[in-house]
Amino acid sequence: MPVDQSLVGREFAPTTPRAVTREHVAAFAAALGAAAGEDVPPTYPIVLAFDAMQTFLAAEQIDLFRIIHGEQRFTYERPIRVGDSLTATLSVASLRQIGGADIIGTTSAIHDADGSLVCTAKATLVHTGGQS
Amino acid sequence: MIPGDVFEPISYELTRADLVAYAEAAGDPNPIHQDEDVARSVGLPGVIAHGMLTLGLAGRAVSTWTGGAEVVEVGCKFTNPVVVPAGGSVEVHVSGTVKKVEDGLATIALEVTCEGTKVLGMPKAVVRA
Repeated sequence: MPVDQSLVGREFAPTTPRAVTREHVAAFAAALGAAAGEDVPPTYPIVLAFDAMQTFLAAEQIDLFRIIHGEQRFTYERPIRVGDSLTATLSVASLRQIGGADIIGTTSAIHDADGSLVCTAKATLVHTGGQS
Repeated sequence: MIPGDVFEPISYELTRADLVAYAEAAGDPNPIHQDEDVARSVGLPGVIAHGMLTLGLAGRAVSTWTGGAEVVEVGCKFTNPVVVPAGGSVEVHVSGTVKKVEDGLATIALEVTCEGTKVLGMPKAVVRA
């Protein structure tokens, strides 16, 4: 079933605040084979963007296994630090259909507890359930 | 860093166990990274690594090359899947070149390959120089 065209421009609810803990940063770094240190890996905010994507997929009743990651970009306003509490708010920036797949452009704005923008995560999601 | 600097390429080995560990740490339970049948059902050649695991390895290379410089931008397109066989491993190869240094920011163009095929499209990182 193709994704509804009216999605473009829609903003979804912010995710539940997520605490950036030393333990989770170390686990994420270890999963990339890196030594655990104070530095937060530059791709760490995918955890927030993924939370926001799950909110979006649940709202639109899209199965995660039909989603393939097409593109991802993070632009930082400041580094993420242990002790941050972050939320992500996803909006749908673009939508087009190619060969039965939906190409969904999303932007997730990641804010800290003060409401300041920390990082913008732009993702292109390829939804392969388009053929009905 | 000056434009034209070429970093020493780094290779990383990936196994199915690495995909399980990454899935858990990143909170990404998508079965296309674990289950051969589900992966094939959506047209993939087999179980594939998370694109963000591959980009994460590229980020790790940038950190190694720059001594942990602050990253202000990182991204790519996921153009070819990194297929990870059961009971085996594949190597992800990361190389990088400084393209531009301006206003205290260095742009590093990356090339990320697996089994001789480019797997990321236009991967790049911008770091504080």
